[in-house]
Amino acid sequence: MQERQELEELELDLLLTGVAQRWGYDFRNYTEASLRRRVQRAMQLEGVRTISALQERLLRDPQSFQRFVSTLTIKVTGMFRDAEVYRALRKQVVPALRTWPFLRIWVAGCATGEEVYSLAILLREEGLLERSRIYATDLSEDVLRQARRGIYPLAAMREYTRAYQLAGGEADFSSYYRADDRNAILRPELSGNIIFSQHNLVSDGSFNEFHLILCRNVMIYFDAELRQRVYELLHDSLVKFGILVLGIRESLRFAPNADQFEPLSEPLRIYRRVR
Amino acid sequence: MSGGAGGGFDLVVMGASLGGLDALGEIFSGLPASFPAAVAVVQHRRADSSASLAALFAARTPLPVHEAEDREPILPGTVYLAPPNYHLLVERGELSLSLDPPVLHARPSIDVLFESAADAYERRLVAVLLTGASRDGAAGIAAVAARGGLTVVQDPDGALSPVAPRAALERTTVRHVLPVPAIAPLLTDLLGAAVSR
Repeated sequence: MQERQELEELELDLLLTGVAQRWGYDFRNYTEASLRRRVQRAMQLEGVRTISALQERLLRDPQSFQRFVSTLTIKVTGMFRDAEVYRALRKQVVPALRTWPFLRIWVAGCATGEEVYSLAILLREEGLLERSRIYATDLSEDVLRQARRGIYPLAAMREYTRAYQLAGGEADFSSYYRADDRNAILRPELSGNIIFSQHNLVSDGSFNEFHLILCRNVMIYFDAELRQRVYELLHDSLVKFGILVLGIRESLRFAPNADQFEPLSEPLRIYRRVR
Repeated sequence: MSGGAGGGFDLVVMGASLGGLDALGEIFSGLPASFPAAVAVVQHRRADSSASLAALFAARTPLPVHEAEDREPILPGTVYLAPPNYHLLVERGELSLSLDPPVLHARPSIDVLFESAADAYERRLVAVLLTGASRDGAAGIAAVAARGGLTVVQDPDGALSPVAPRAALERTTVRHVLPVPAIAPLLTDLLGAAVSR
């Protein structure tokens, strides 16, 4: 039993090292429990029985590798998830955003885009979308493709409408999409100021200075060392008094550079860079 | 490897879906304040449920109860609940959360909690599967057993929803099959918690 587990760990190490060297994507600082589950799912998807067989496939086949990246980074979320966060953005963050003439916003780890469009709707209603540029990034080209399309299952819209209303939205939510028989297709004017692009928080540096960064439920997959690096990257990517929003179950409390931020709302994990 | 807590167990994981509130509440009310292990719990719930399970359970146990935060250290004598719409996972010494897809339509998933705990705690783990209307938890119980952990399943005959307990029993040889009232005494016994000392 012990030996089997040690062998599995060795195989996993070899796989991740091989992938990092072959493709330049380094997953070695992802947390172990989630990583194991995801690698198992990747094995199922590829129809292989061992990690070594998965490795052989991933090193040779770029398409398998792209699927692997999606599987390892997938985040299943929804529009206006954690409605109270969006309500706080409206009430507490928007007034600060109004003080800047032009807004650069970064949604780091945007996954399939639900959060980006929710933010775009909110900014539009507050009259700020026209002077905003939203950079929405993710590691995976696959999910970025979905995010760019802005098409979501019609079946999810009832839940999203409710979340939108809980978030303080007062318009008719269905005015933001057009429906066909299965899908809701978001209005193109929502995406006019959004730039979707590939960015790797593990290996890429800061690429601009932002007034607002959303990095929600991304670092939950990172180990302590990688989280520390990403906190520094986020800090370096904010203007002074720029605002950082994390997932509501994450906290800056455990971050080494916590004193560079002050909470605007600790329970909702909304922080402002103060130094 | 020897456990830090009594009886060589450091962590108890519990899972329940339909009917779980009563079963879990009854078990919590039977645990003494001196209970020496950490307890991590998945109770299936709606993604948007705002009712505080933590408050509900806290009223029934002397142990501190709260919803888990990402990267929270695992402390003895503390009850951690999976927050709605996240998976709860056990790492070595700490808890983590994930937004991976639902497993068997559930997020949080009992299997995800149990399997990750089995990897991290091996034979220092006790897993308790209670009433439930899906098969979630059966694979988790099997993983715990395979890693040398101790398994407890609610007797399906008395369960409000016997699907989960039956699925686990069909799949694995389970160490203890018990009605709910017998579970807290067993845990207290296994962990050697002193009730009145």
